Formats: sequence, C-alpha cells, structure tokens
Amino acid sequence: MVALRHRLADRGIDRQLLLLVPATVFVAALFIYPFCYGLGLSLQPAQGGPLGAYREFFADAYQRDTIMTTLRIALPAALLNVLASVPIAYRMRGRFRGKRLLTTVLVVPITLGTVLTAEGLLNFLGPAGWVNRALTGIGFIDSPVTLVHNYWGVFLSLVITGFPFAFLLVLSYLSGIDPSLEKAGATLGAGWAQRFFRITLPLLAPGLATTFCLTFVLAFSVFPSAILVGDPSGTTRVISIAAYEAAYVRYDYAGGSAAALIMGLVELIVIAVVLGLRSLLYTGTTSGGKG
Amino acid sequence: MRLRIGTWFMWTAVIIFFIGLAGVVGSVVVNSLGTRWFDTWLPEGWTTDWYGQAWDEFTLLPVLGVTLAVCLLVAVISVLVGVPASYVLARRSFPGRRALYLLFLLPILMPPMTYGIPLATVLYKYGFAGHLSGVVLANLVPSIPFVILTMTPFIEQIDPAVERAARMCGARTRQIFVRILAPLLVPGILAASILVVVRTVGMFELTFLTAGPDSQTLVVALFYSMSAAGIRAQQSVDAMAVVYTGMMLVLLVVALRFVNPTQLVARVKEDVDD
Amino acid sequence: MTQGQPAARPGTAGGAAWRQLRLEQVTRRFGSSDALADLDLTIERGEFIALLGPSGCGKSTALNCLAGLLPLSRGSIWRDDTRLDTLPAERRGFGMVFQNYALFPHMSVRGNVAFGLKMQRRPRAEVARRTDEAIRLVRLEEHAGKLPGQLSGGQQQRVAIARAVVLEPSLVLMDEPLSNLDAMLRLEMRTEIRRLHQSLGLTTVYVTHDQEEALSMSDRLVVLRNGRVQQIGTPEQVHTQPANRHVAGFMGYRNILPMRAVAGNVVEGDGLRLTGTAVGTVSSGDSVEVAIRPEDVHLGHGIPVTVGVVEYQGREVAAEVHTAGGVRLHLRTGKGLRPGDQAEVALDPDRLLIFPIVPEDA
Repeated sequence: MVALRHRLADRGIDRQLLLLVPATVFVAALFIYPFCYGLGLSLQPAQGGPLGAYREFFADAYQRDTIMTTLRIALPAALLNVLASVPIAYRMRGRFRGKRLLTTVLVVPITLGTVLTAEGLLNFLGPAGWVNRALTGIGFIDSPVTLVHNYWGVFLSLVITGFPFAFLLVLSYLSGIDPSLEKAGATLGAGWAQRFFRITLPLLAPGLATTFCLTFVLAFSVFPSAILVGDPSGTTRVISIAAYEAAYVRYDYAGGSAAALIMGLVELIVIAVVLGLRSLLYTGTTSGGKG
Repeated sequence: MRLRIGTWFMWTAVIIFFIGLAGVVGSVVVNSLGTRWFDTWLPEGWTTDWYGQAWDEFTLLPVLGVTLAVCLLVAVISVLVGVPASYVLARRSFPGRRALYLLFLLPILMPPMTYGIPLATVLYKYGFAGHLSGVVLANLVPSIPFVILTMTPFIEQIDPAVERAARMCGARTRQIFVRILAPLLVPGILAASILVVVRTVGMFELTFLTAGPDSQTLVVALFYSMSAAGIRAQQSVDAMAVVYTGMMLVLLVVALRFVNPTQLVARVKEDVDD
Repeated sequence: MTQGQPAARPGTAGGAAWRQLRLEQVTRRFGSSDALADLDLTIERGEFIALLGPSGCGKSTALNCLAGLLPLSRGSIWRDDTRLDTLPAERRGFGMVFQNYALFPHMSVRGNVAFGLKMQRRPRAEVARRTDEAIRLVRLEEHAGKLPGQLSGGQQQRVAIARAVVLEPSLVLMDEPLSNLDAMLRLEMRTEIRRLHQSLGLTTVYVTHDQEEALSMSDRLVVLRNGRVQQIGTPEQVHTQPANRHVAGFMGYRNILPMRAVAGNVVEGDGLRLTGTAVGTVSSGDSVEVAIRPEDVHLGHGIPVTVGVVEYQGREVAAEVHTAGGVRLHLRTGKGLRPGDQAEVALDPDRLLIFPIVPEDA
C-alpha cells in the first residue's frame, strides 16, 4: 500500500489531484457529454443513414455556402483587426498621459457585446442615421448608402467589438517585449524600420498568431449581429444561423448538431493552420537576458 | 517625414473608430430620450417616457433579477470549482496534465453555438433548460475554464516555498488553502469573478439557447425585443438597450478597479505546452 | 538553555529525548537520473551538519527529502525507531528556513512566528508567550507588528529562523539561508545562526554551496557531487584530507594538474617532477591528478616560472604563473609581483595531494 502510494507520488499522482475533480466533472458533463451526444444525434438523422445529415448539409448549397459566407466575414474582419492593431499599439506601447483612459474607452465595446452594438449600428448607420446625414450634408453622396442589413453592417459590428479586443492583446504582447532590445538594436545602427521589422516583429509574431486566433473565434461565432444588422437569409447567412435554424426552427436535431459540429471543425482547422504556422516561429522569452 | 505621415494616419484611424463608437452608443441614448425622430439631426423633443414604457412592456424588473441571479450563481460556482483546479494545473505536473489543459481550453476556443446547440438539447432532455438552472449550467461551461485561465498567473506569482513553509509549520492541505492561499489570492479571485460576471451579462448565445420565458437575461430580452421591432416602438427598445449599457458600464467601472483592461479581454496563457 | 540540554519539551513535535536521526540509502530519482543516490547519514542529536556541493549536486534534493517535501524513490529515514519518511512533511516535526525566506506576505512578523503554534492548536496564552520568546531570541521585538515586505533582508531572515525554531523542532533544515544577503550581513548572520544553535542545542542540517560557510559553521560536513556522497567528515578532515579530486577542487585546491605517477609519491608531466602525498593507492605508471592550494605554492628555489596575471587582494596578491612547459599555477604571496617577472616556486610536498583517476567519475 505504502509502496504503491510512493510510486504514484513519484510520478506526481497524489490526493491533491482530487482538487481537479469538480472542474473536470463539470466540463465533462456539460461540454464533453453534450458534444458526444450531439455527435450521436448528428449521426442518427430521420433518413439517409448515419452520415445523412452531413451529406444533406453538403449537398444543399443553401447550407453548404454558409461555411464560405462565415469565413468571408470572419477572416477579413479578424485580419483587419489584428493588422490595424499592430502599428497603433506599437506607437502607444510607451507610457503617455491618458493611456489608461484610452484603454478603458476601448474596453467599452467589448463589454457592450454584439447585441447592443447591432442596435447602435442600426440607428447610427441607418438611412436616416447620423452618418448618412453627414455624408449627404457635405455633398459626398446624393442618396443615403445602405450600410446595414447587409455584409458591411456585420463587418463593421465585428470591427467595433473585435478591434479593441485585438488591440489590447497586441498592446500587452508588445509591452512584454523588453524595450532594451530595441535600444540595443539602435546602438548597433538599426534605424526605426529595421528595429521594428528585425527585432520587434519577430518577437511579436507568435503573439499576433494567438491574437488572430482569439479574434477569429470571436468573429467566427457571429450570430446576433448577423441577424440584426445583417441580411440573415442572404449575404450574411452564417453557419451559426444555419445550425440554429435547423435545430430550433425546423426541429431537425440531427441537422442542427451536424451543422454545429461542422462549424466547430472549420474553426478548429483555421486555428490549427495558424498555430501550425506559429510553431515555425521563434517562441520563447522576450526579455533580453536575466530577469 | 514618413514618421509624421504614419502618426497622422494612425490618429485618423483611432479618431474614426472613436467617432463610430460614440455614434453607436450616442444614437441609442438619444433615440431612447427623443419623442419623434425622423430625418433630422436630433429628435423634436425630449422625454423619459420610453423608459417607463420599456419597464412595463418588457417586464424589466424580473429580467434584471434573473440577470443578477444568473451572474452571481455562475461567478460563485465557477470560482469554487475553478480555483482549486487552477491551483493544481499551475503548480503540479502529472501524467495527462497537457490533455486536461487542452480540455479546459476547448470551451473557450469553441464557438458557443457549436456546443450550445447540443448542450441545450441535453439540458432540455434532463429538464434543466427553460429554467434558471439551465441558464446557469450553460454559462458555467465557458466560465469555469475562464476562471482557471485567469487564476493561473495569480497562483504562479505566489512563491511555492510559502506553501512548503506552511507545511513545515504543520499546516495540512486544507489549512494551507484557507489560511495562506485564500488570503493571498483574494485579488485574483475578485478579478476572476468580476470578469465572469461581465462575460455572463454579455453572453448571448448560450443564454439564448437555454433560457425559457422566465429565465431570460437582459441581453436575450433585448435581442427578442429587437427582433420583434415593429411591434414595439424603436425608442422603447433603445431605452432597454440604454439600461443594459448602464448596467455594463457600472460593472466595467467596478471591474477596472480590480483588473487592467487587457485582462478583460483574455488571459490565455501563452504557452499551453509547458 | 545551555548546550546539550534537550531542545524539545515532552509532548512537542520534536518528541521526547531521542538520540539519532538516520538516513538509510535515501535515493531520489527524477526521470531516469538520480538526483540523490544512496545517502547514508547518521545525525547525532545537537549536531550541526552542512551539506556542501556545487549547484545541482543533490544537496537541496537531500534537504527536501528529509523535510518530506519530496517523496523518496528509495530508502528510509528514522528517528531512533520511528520511521519518518512515510509521514507527510507537516507531521515530521521539523523546522525549515528557506533560501528566499518564504515568509507569509499577508501576516505580520508575529503572525508568521505564531503560525505553527496555531496549527498545533496551542492555548492562546502559550502561543503568545512562545511567539514573544522566539521574536526576542532573534531581536525583532520592535518589528513584531510589521509585515515582511517592510523588513530588510536580514530581518526577514531572522523572522524565518524564529518561525522555524519556535516549535522546538527535532531538526532544523536550512536551505542556503544566507545566499540572498550581502557579504557583510552574511558574516553577521553566520555568527547569529551559530549562536542560536549553541544556545538552543538545535540539531541542524544546513545546505550551502559556500565552502567557507560550511567549514566555519558545521560540526560535520557532507560533500556531495552528482547526487553522490564524496566525503563525510569534520571541517578539518575535509579541508586537509579531501577524499578525491572533486572534493579537493571544491575545497580551494585551485591547482589541479593531470600527471603520471613514476613511484608511489612522485609524479611527472609537462617537464615537471613533483613529490607529494598519495591519497588512495597509486602505483607507478598510473594516470593521476595532483592538487595543491595556491597558498601552498611558495616563492623560493625550485621551478622557474614567468608571472602572468596578478590580482591585488589586500594583504596578499594572487598570481597566475606559468612554467617553461606551459603548466599554469595559481599562487598567493605577500611579496609584490608584476606581470612578466621571472621567479621560482616550490610546492610543499606534504600539501601536494596525488589522486588516482577513477574512471567512473571522469
């Protein structure tokens, strides 16, 4: 008995690991089990054999195209958010007055969430909204442009919630890079651009990959704004709408689960590709030596 | 000279973004306070009637009660469950640690819709969904992993030698938790629970999929009233949105006393594989 | 209390009178490598033992195994007839002082010191009395209400010591307690720890990588290398009769030269022929290493050398010289030397140790 406990303790197994049990049980019961249950459901459609629901999904262009629709919205939005964050965060990484205020204001859209952003965009960008009034007022356009209930409405809502998210993450990664490295670069004769592209950017790149993944996850799961400010039966019929409609409008649980799982799979593939590329980069300490 | 142009460009982008942000929030606020607003810069007159109307029509009081109850329950449970797990993951190495870490990471990485639909189905099957309990259970799925990830750096910054010292003084595991770790982790626990509250108030998908008529949180009620626009006055919906915004801003102000803005965004550990 | 009086009161964690702590074949494996292999050691009550070795030699592993903070892979630990290694750390009744002190940052000095007594659920009056006593012992009465963050390094160190000794443990473990202090304070605390040890009669195991610290404080030294015991002995034994070239290297024998034995105590190599004292069996033709301290290399008649680098060290200078055959020697002398000087050196045959090269430790 003692010997066994000894051997287990030697491998890092002892009673303290019991502290993991509640969390593991919760996640297993509320995440893994439903997931498997959903997988089971998706494999038991009313007709068409085990893979019927998946075959149906891919056979029906109205369903299949939601994958591309989602990616067409999420990838450019995530990319824009990350790429725009880099130069701005790079300029703002030092200390300056009002930095705390700026970051605080930036957090506002994240906390507001997509539903409120959608409501605001409808008012602000609508045909009689301030933007169109201003643009017609200065004679830039003759008749109001349509900015909501289409692709751009969703895209803008993703920028408004996603950009601060990406910016704050990039800023925190940038602040983690030892500033003395750039100073060292400067003493060796590197100019502004060389310092940025040869020292900071390589150290920042893994963080950018992570930021992109998280921003993409946010954009990919777009649901409320796709319905509210988008064109939910046309250009912004994203995959989460397809899954929701299947499960809760048509009560086709097999189809809904299949769509949900396809959605998860597509997302994981994108993340895996990005993280795979990230593993090719230097990842490690971003300080210049001993603490 | 290039530097100047870069700075100029950058500030323009930032200013446009902030104008957009102000416009989004401002138009909602103005609309909720206006009497009639059509094709003018500002409404014809001002009124607070929409708030009273929203309060009655959308039964805001019970909705706020549900929102509060869900948030508190989710925060308390996820802290109680998540902190011990986070401790073990931060401190110990054992076979399967990486796999477990990945398991806790997945609910955060997955789109809520992906697991929300099967989860809601399961919750309906066992009779939880449609009630407060179902909403709480569904919201725990991302919250527990979130607490685990948020707490990790807080735990790592406590010197393990302090715990060893307590053991050498004769303290047992439970006593170490209660007398040493808990007081030292108070800031982290506060931060984690506030972040969970903020996320739960804003969490749309999971609540949307599992809530019944009596267990809607504010954000879901808002969504329904927006989808049903036309039936109800737009201004009244906006009044509700302002209530939601106000609630979020109060939370935000509280949250920022304990955490920095970056933590609100995400606290995913850089290296999952160490 | 005077030395030799029982440190532990009956009923305290230290237990009633005990005589010996025995470590038998204590082994700790990490993965496939032995961090500590077959440590056999008997500690008499009241002894001050130093575990000495370079970093990574297994000395901290040994200490943590003894404390119960690391499980043993093999072996056992006994206090007389009580087996201790199966008990968790909190029930062994040992006290420990950590390298970075590991004070509870949210508790005052008094709270830190009283913590262990509270864990034993002692009556409040006793907790107060013994806490005050321990704080007085380390002379921190004025700081009793402060938090650790408000104290200097030396004061934190004293709190850590008071916290470890307040329970009157049967054994106090100290893990490089002075390594974070500056040089002046280190000397002062060294005396302080020794004074406490003498006045309380505490049995102590002290881990350090500083040979001077180990020599000056301990009753016996255990020299470790690569997880294995190299030598156990009094400071004098280890200092003057190191068991092998590794111990010699660690004990300040800076000159270690590979040579070949031509007789039991005569060696040759690189144009030199030296007489010394063999440690172990050395026969003619063996490859050996000879070791001598810089202070035993004297200026005088003997080997002609050229002076290379000279370091001024107060009353003495340390110099690196080289022979015509290219052998570099370190020496210390009170005479003034300058780079480039020609001189002659003599090596004290009694202090020149000849070690056979053992294949396994190459």
